[in-house]
Amino acid sequence: MNYFGGIDVGAISTEAVIIDEGDGISGYSIVETGANSTDAADEAFGKALLAAGIHRDAVTYIAATGYGRVSVPLANKTVTEISCHALGAKYLFPNTGTVIDIGGQDSKVIRVGDSGKVLDFTMNDKCAAGTGRFLEVMASKLRVSLEEMGELSLHAKAEAHISSVCTVFAESEVVSLVAKNQPKEEIIKGLNRAITNRVWGMVKAVGVYVPVTMSGGVAKNRGVVTLMEEKLGKPIRVYAEPQIVGALGAALFARKQSREGM
Amino acid sequence: MKDMGVPGIMRFSRMGKKRRPRKKNASLGPPLECNSRLRELMATHYLLSRYAQGAKPVAWVTSGAPVEILRPFGFYTFYPENHGALCGAQKMGPELCAEAEEHGYHQDLCSYARIDLGHYFSGKTPVGRLPKPDLLFASNNICQTVVYWYKALAEYWKIPLILFDTPYNFREISKADISYMVRQLEEMIPLLEQISKRRFRYKRFREIVGIAKEASLTWGEVLSTMKARPSPMTIFDAFTHLAPIVSLRGLPAALEHYRALLAELEKRVAQGVGAIKNERWRLMWDNIAIWYKMRDFANLFAERGMNFVTATYTNAWTETIGYLDETKPFESMAKAYSLVILNNNLDHRLQLMERLIQEFQVDGLVIHSARSCKPYSVGQYDLKRLITERLEIPTVVIEADITDSRAYSEEQAMVRLEAFFETLEG
Repeated sequence: MNYFGGIDVGAISTEAVIIDEGDGISGYSIVETGANSTDAADEAFGKALLAAGIHRDAVTYIAATGYGRVSVPLANKTVTEISCHALGAKYLFPNTGTVIDIGGQDSKVIRVGDSGKVLDFTMNDKCAAGTGRFLEVMASKLRVSLEEMGELSLHAKAEAHISSVCTVFAESEVVSLVAKNQPKEEIIKGLNRAITNRVWGMVKAVGVYVPVTMSGGVAKNRGVVTLMEEKLGKPIRVYAEPQIVGALGAALFARKQSREGM
Repeated sequence: MKDMGVPGIMRFSRMGKKRRPRKKNASLGPPLECNSRLRELMATHYLLSRYAQGAKPVAWVTSGAPVEILRPFGFYTFYPENHGALCGAQKMGPELCAEAEEHGYHQDLCSYARIDLGHYFSGKTPVGRLPKPDLLFASNNICQTVVYWYKALAEYWKIPLILFDTPYNFREISKADISYMVRQLEEMIPLLEQISKRRFRYKRFREIVGIAKEASLTWGEVLSTMKARPSPMTIFDAFTHLAPIVSLRGLPAALEHYRALLAELEKRVAQGVGAIKNERWRLMWDNIAIWYKMRDFANLFAERGMNFVTATYTNAWTETIGYLDETKPFESMAKAYSLVILNNNLDHRLQLMERLIQEFQVDGLVIHSARSCKPYSVGQYDLKRLITERLEIPTVVIEADITDSRAYSEEQAMVRLEAFFETLEG
């Protein structure tokens, strides 16, 4: 059996996915990117091989994506994360019309066509507003983990008003809210609202094509997903492990490329 | 050597120095023969401008102002926006912008304005020295920023500012709008006579309007040669050859230049010579050039067999000029100058872009969202969505600035462009 690998080297985390010739994910892994993209890619790929229980030689083609994609010597090909998220989401939820991917450094809204082709996309500008980094900075200020942020916000009785989308300014707003003893849950809900509003502006720019699928680390935050669903008025599809959608898309590209002849 | 003037454009400053040979990009076709002609023309223009001071009245003019009215009075005209583009191409943008910022001008202000004000405070320029103006001449048909930028210059230098106010065209231009603009042009004449100490000569004025119209129409023909497959030049060539129609409009030199360029391009088309060797995809550019990335982008796209064959920006200097009419110079100028792309509604822009896409057989659209130029950048996301839906061609927005490279992030721009390439190549 031949296997195909996808590696997504992001700003915060690196994911690797291995798929077979059939229809299944054989194994995957998520590691921190840290200071060296090549090392992170090697580590993630090694762990994915272990999870799949296969030998390196069984993987015949590898595609790399994400910011560090050019620093993956293992890879036979590089593809942008925009194309990968589109293909990955389409594979998981075949009738996806729009993908909202909120990653560590970037958020993007992608309009997807048949067979996972990118029809249109938009990304955040040169600013951390509306990205995973925004929530990461706030989580560390509030001493909660990123995972807790979603759960806590769902239990908020009220909501703090965060007026700024700028990460630096919002952080100082959080400082003053903490000083006023506003409950943590309410601040977090306000933060989730701020990021949702920012990304919603991008969704409107591309146009709303349902069904909508969310990917990237922030899709694990149920608070953000719920607020986004409120905006949309419809449920959003989220894969059990939304962080690996980009790497999965890369693996699908690898399989496609391999079939079309190397 | 610097005293010879225009060291930057004439490359005098490099004389005697060993030049690192620039690696020729194998994807590009032969360079235009008219490039050296252009360099000489613009270098002469900048060089002469230094000697104009004292010999002739000097006016600093915005790119969209009806300069034809100044010409009968013998004004030597200088274009800060063209100078800004030159500074941008020479990668001096951040340095000059910082000079203006140190004097309190905000980073969000247009970088052409900041470069110009930066020059005022520091005297820095790649062309040796700029002529001090006797008059400032601005029109708000391109933006409102020029009004305040030129007001600042007028205050610093204690010189007069003449403003040509063009009502925005929401749907249709009215008779009242036209007569409002004609009145302004008429009222300028006694002022211009006073400043230049010359009498207005109506016959000469009409001739100048005729020359300006002819040059703009020839520029239009130059751009039309790019409809050919393969296109004989790239938009990056056109961005450079735009300088005469901006800075020398109404002067015979601009017309002569475009006649020479047109002849060369027609010859190329007849011989099937393309600006890039393997033209597989044809693209359109929206907004002003990213001056400091011209060479990089020319290479990047050529290597992928992609050629920019049209741009709303280069088209702007030929789009409305057909309205010019020597027999009714004032009325026709009012119309030609108030209906320019940046003073016209978004519906108009959408129709224009759709027409250019069809006429030039465009496969994809690259939109530059320029931090400097708000009037050009507003509405781009709506235009993008509508064009994607209606014409089903791939589009991409890259966020950058015309000359201030601090507002450009290479990594982010490349991700967007690569995703665009993937979509285009299917």
